[in-house]
Amino acid sequence: MENIVTDICIIGAGPVGLFAVFEAGLLKMRCHLVDALPQVGGQLSEIYPQKPIYDIPGYPEVKAQDLVDRLMEQIAPFHPTFTLGERVDSVEKQTDGSFILTTNEKTEIACQVIVIAGGLGCFEPRKPEIEHLEEFEGKGVVYMVKNPELFRDRRIVLAGGGDSALDWTLFLSNVAKEVTLVHRGETFRGAPDSAEKVFELAHQGKINLLLKSNVVAINGNGHLNTVSISGKDNAITTLTADHLIPLFGLTPKLGPIADWGLSIDKSAISVNTEDYSTNVERIFAIGDINTYPGKLKLILCGFHEAALMAQSAFKYVYPNQKLSFKYTTVNGVNAF
Amino acid sequence: MIQFTIEDRNGERQSIEAPDDMNLNLMEVLKASEYDILATCGGMALCATCHVQVLQGNDLLPQASDMELDMLDTLPNATNHSRLACQLRISEAMQGSIFQIAGELQ
Repeated sequence: MENIVTDICIIGAGPVGLFAVFEAGLLKMRCHLVDALPQVGGQLSEIYPQKPIYDIPGYPEVKAQDLVDRLMEQIAPFHPTFTLGERVDSVEKQTDGSFILTTNEKTEIACQVIVIAGGLGCFEPRKPEIEHLEEFEGKGVVYMVKNPELFRDRRIVLAGGGDSALDWTLFLSNVAKEVTLVHRGETFRGAPDSAEKVFELAHQGKINLLLKSNVVAINGNGHLNTVSISGKDNAITTLTADHLIPLFGLTPKLGPIADWGLSIDKSAISVNTEDYSTNVERIFAIGDINTYPGKLKLILCGFHEAALMAQSAFKYVYPNQKLSFKYTTVNGVNAF
Repeated sequence: MIQFTIEDRNGERQSIEAPDDMNLNLMEVLKASEYDILATCGGMALCATCHVQVLQGNDLLPQASDMELDMLDTLPNATNHSRLACQLRISEAMQGSIFQIAGELQ
């Protein structure tokens, strides 16, 4: 647990969140960034670090990771601080109008202004459509294996056909009492090596491998007890199981931000294009996470939004000062 | 112009025409036609919210890339007829196809 005090808390350390530090810094506002990912750069670093981007002004071509590195260099004079690998869970408005944000790791950040630059949102496990699935979450249904020991001598059903389904099936076959892997296809696209091992274990009778099958129902009294699986010919088999682990990859979700009273339109935050403010005073949204008539999800549009946001956020950070606009060419970049 | 049919979430079908010389993909056409899809990632095959089932004409479509197949693989409700609309460029191959909207809405 840590307590941080800053002027602006930026949620999301992708390119737009990073550039917001620069625009805020020119106006002498300090920034702290929070990101659920363990590194800065957002999608650029996480998903396509080596891919080229062609529409950044001044760069005919730039690799995504290089752009992130250059942005980090550009904002260095303003000494931003970071909380990485944590997700902001709650926001509390104080009587003076400022906020205290709390992350899932209980880090507290006190700030005057919140800027949401969350991109696509947080990547959360994709959930299959099974009735009552959510009732059993934490009561037998889990979406990731954090501590394999919890599954020792238990009966486990895994669902999915990707690498993580294969890997955990292999791993848990040595730990659990009984492992069943349910996959809707007949083949696996994951690492051929792992797929081969899974077929081999099934052949040896060490795991149950149900292909062309889907989990269709779950039941239990307070805790998961049975998993019903529809197989070839649509025949239903019901297995006794202590745990169901659906492994269907990650999907971007707005996450806890959806509960902050912000005006949301199709998983994006509605903003006023004058300053990219939301319907909640002192909360701004910039970059891919916002929406307005004519919105384009482009990094360069996010940069523009960051500049206008900073001009407007100034009045909350320095309520007694008048803002006069100055070019960096005239004024330079004054580190602090 | 290429003509194909969209089946919405209520099972209603509508014929759509789209130009094949504007480098459009099916996700963009669905959004422009105000169909109820999220398309969160904007066409990068990252979110799979533009998932469609190809009810007719699946064999004629260009093969899915590894990236698209990897993403489809993660979908609990995908079938052999599943595609990501964002990866399907409007082309002659789509003439007469029927697409059913299947992507998640949350």
